[in-house]
Amino acid sequence: MNIDKYEIVIGLEVHAELKTNTKIFCNCTTKFGGEPNTHVCPVCLGLPGVLPVLNKKVVDFAIIAGLALDCEIAEYSKFDRKNYYYPDLPKNFQTSQYDLPICLNGYLDINVDGETKRIGITRIHMEEDAGKLVHGGETISSSDFSLVDYNRTGVPLLEIVSEPDMRSPLEARAYLEQLKAVLEYTEVSDCKMQEGSLRCDANISIMPKGSSVFGTRTEIKNLNSFRALQRALEYEILRQAEVVEEGGTVIQETRTWDDAKGITLPLRSKEEAHDYRYFPEPDLLPLVISRDWVERIKKTLPELPQARKERLIKEYGLPEYDAGIITGSKALADYFASCVNIYPEAKTISNWLMGDLTRLLNAGEKEITDSPITPEMLVEMLQLLDKGTISGKIAKTVFEEMFETGKRAEEIVKEKGLVQISDQASLEKMVDEVIGANPKSVEDYRAGKEKAIGFLVGQVMKLSKGKANPGLVNTMLREKMK
Amino acid sequence: MDLYRLTIHELHEMLIKKEISSLELIKNVIDRIEETDPKIKAYVTVVKEQSLAKAQEADDLISRGENVGPLTGIPMALKDNMCTEGIPTTCSSQILKNFVPPYDATVTRRLSDEGAILLGKLNMDEFAMGSSTENSAFFHTRNPWNTDCVPGGSSGGVVAAVAADEAVFTLGSDTGGSIRQPASFCGVVGLKPTYGYVSRYGLIAFASSLDQIGPVTKDVTDCALVLNAIAGHDPKDSTSADVQVPDFTKYLTGDVEGMKIGIPKEYFAEGIQPEVKDAVMTAVQQFADLGAEVEEVSLPHTEYALPAYYIIAPAECSSNLARYDGVRYGHRTEESEDIVTMFKKTRYEGFGQEVKRRIMLGTYALSSGYYDAYYLKALKVRTLIKEDFDRAFEKYDVLISPASPSTAFKFGEKLNDPLAMYMSDTMTIPINLAGIPGISVPCGFAQGLPIGLQIMGKAFGEGNILKAAYAYEQVAGFYRQKPNLTGEE
Repeated sequence: MNIDKYEIVIGLEVHAELKTNTKIFCNCTTKFGGEPNTHVCPVCLGLPGVLPVLNKKVVDFAIIAGLALDCEIAEYSKFDRKNYYYPDLPKNFQTSQYDLPICLNGYLDINVDGETKRIGITRIHMEEDAGKLVHGGETISSSDFSLVDYNRTGVPLLEIVSEPDMRSPLEARAYLEQLKAVLEYTEVSDCKMQEGSLRCDANISIMPKGSSVFGTRTEIKNLNSFRALQRALEYEILRQAEVVEEGGTVIQETRTWDDAKGITLPLRSKEEAHDYRYFPEPDLLPLVISRDWVERIKKTLPELPQARKERLIKEYGLPEYDAGIITGSKALADYFASCVNIYPEAKTISNWLMGDLTRLLNAGEKEITDSPITPEMLVEMLQLLDKGTISGKIAKTVFEEMFETGKRAEEIVKEKGLVQISDQASLEKMVDEVIGANPKSVEDYRAGKEKAIGFLVGQVMKLSKGKANPGLVNTMLREKMK
Repeated sequence: MDLYRLTIHELHEMLIKKEISSLELIKNVIDRIEETDPKIKAYVTVVKEQSLAKAQEADDLISRGENVGPLTGIPMALKDNMCTEGIPTTCSSQILKNFVPPYDATVTRRLSDEGAILLGKLNMDEFAMGSSTENSAFFHTRNPWNTDCVPGGSSGGVVAAVAADEAVFTLGSDTGGSIRQPASFCGVVGLKPTYGYVSRYGLIAFASSLDQIGPVTKDVTDCALVLNAIAGHDPKDSTSADVQVPDFTKYLTGDVEGMKIGIPKEYFAEGIQPEVKDAVMTAVQQFADLGAEVEEVSLPHTEYALPAYYIIAPAECSSNLARYDGVRYGHRTEESEDIVTMFKKTRYEGFGQEVKRRIMLGTYALSSGYYDAYYLKALKVRTLIKEDFDRAFEKYDVLISPASPSTAFKFGEKLNDPLAMYMSDTMTIPINLAGIPGISVPCGFAQGLPIGLQIMGKAFGEGNILKAAYAYEQVAGFYRQKPNLTGEE
């Protein structure tokens, strides 16, 4: 099937949990985890008679996010009730914002294949999170009972709605990554997708290239990682194209992403969609946001990802690619900054961060903030490398060991006897042995085949269990084969 | 001595002079409850042991002369929609029959801080929806003046308890007249304060933008004393007004010379019981005799208040009552295979007819496609009604009308005719929509049933209302009359 004849239209709705200490309408802690139903009070449990009191910090954070995404901050905003029945929602309505959200008309620039593209942001609004259902059985339908944990109920959320400006799954992913970076830099959200503090729903449709009329869209839920977002969109494009190719029409519906099977499945049709019966929340006063308030917050805005990327290129001479990756996560950029403060070789640091460290973090499903290797430890290892105490090859082993055990490089090197052998006398025996055992290669070398030297160095390295100084071995081999 | 017959201010004098103890007083009122409540049935719950223990504490305070205020040691009761920690709070509904709140409403706490002693919780129309207390899921409360008649509603138990001397004072809630209409039916003083004056925290919501808690008392002086205790800003209620609360007793001067009183002609239209109209007009004449300037005024949008109210209140109620689903507290159906049937059956079994009717009305009014035609239009009408009052209060200090078009009606008379029932609130609903205060004070009798005079004021104009009500009460003297419940007097 040729999907190139279709134009793809994607818009994202992103929910970010805010990093306030307390919930949006009560004083309960927003801390993740905790024994079920311990971070609750009559207000967030929606007991009869309780009333919400707005946490002003939530408004501050919404304004920060709005400014960072170049939105207009509304002077007059209000809360509304979104009515629907679900056991994780104690009041059976969610206090949200409907027709007068706090932020409007912003944008976010993304970078795909070296091209910068501007994605419009329709609106940002504040709302409360729901609780969590724990099902008694394997799945919701096979369970005899379900339990509810209301710890998360009332944790403040921002819903950030984009314009349908993305034209590929890759752009959607880039938008989500960039948005995550902005929310991290401004410290309004932790953006931990595994913990659910950053969640994303995608709206997607296809239309013939050149058309100006959007096709019927589907909404995809349950996208819990960047990869899931990209895969789900790629799948959904094929599915929709297939429907059209077979002469059918795409049905407007909500679908869910099944990550294990790699497919989207129908959840509910347009007809089954809720009528949320929005109306103004009578228990909260409308929000009047003075321009002073906005100005005050504007002054506290931190450096944003784009600016930091440009600074890394300019100040440290990093390639644009490196700078983009490192500033893609605030934590990674902060890690880089800590390293570069005490060790001048920016590119070396960047290589280790993008290479080995990222690989180990991903394998261990760890965040950079949980890295057992601190910036100081990385730098100490780099200094051992510079001094020639260890070889590049050993460094990789040492680094893995550091990640595993949290021990310092020097300690590991001592413990495992990994110090590089740079003493000619100790190497002489091994070099002679290799020359004696590989007459063919020696002959090749003497016949002018440069490649053979690499093989011979490798043999010595092997013999020395990687500890030989490869530069010195190289020189010694050449000397002996003259 | 029949201490239960006395007012707060009379009992306070006796308590501080140590002529009586609080314990004596509480015992006396509990005896009264045990004697008359089997007939009246005002109470859903009585907390006898707790009140006796609190009386002992109050007596200790009084004997040490510490923190003794006008309410210290005074027995009172609350409508059963105000949360009381550890004491069932049912809204007279099956769905909350077993609900014991883990927290106190702000009014509960404030009265407790003032040393008032809770006797128990009072019957009401289920979730405060009704005008006769016949919608209580538990039992009917009877009008102490004629036990064949309803006490009014929704605060039926609240007014009957005071009229029958089963509490010295009580608190009711008023969403569309639920304090003033029953106060008029039972011949007691009932005030609905300005919206936002008394905290709603812990008041189980019916319609959030209309609900307001207020005192029900034996006279106007007591009304001022209770209002002093419960009015004022509460950080737990975002709609609570951050305004200074005066000492309302300073308005009780008896002097209304030069006060400007408006008589809204729309409140005297057809359908009003002739004796009610006569009694109110007599009262108006008495104000004129006291030197007030009385004039007719028009509030042209009055007739739209009832339909607007029956959109807005049910809309809010449909959302406020959504939480009663059997998941966390209250009634849960025995038969449920899945969550949706559990929701449906729990609510089917737990709610009464009138509550269901209003949830349906409100759900419909908020539905997509109907919102603009109903809810939004009702909000516009609400603004027009408020503007009617704003204009009137540019010229007048207070407005006077009947509190209800009729005296108390018989049980069953309107139960199967919701519209007729709704019509009994035509006099009281407009001020809830406008958010302004109103009081009902006794102004006569027809066939042995009390008639109520409604005095309305501008927002936070409770002082003027109490001033007019007190002056009238002192001249008219109806508040001194008591129903004969035991056949002895």
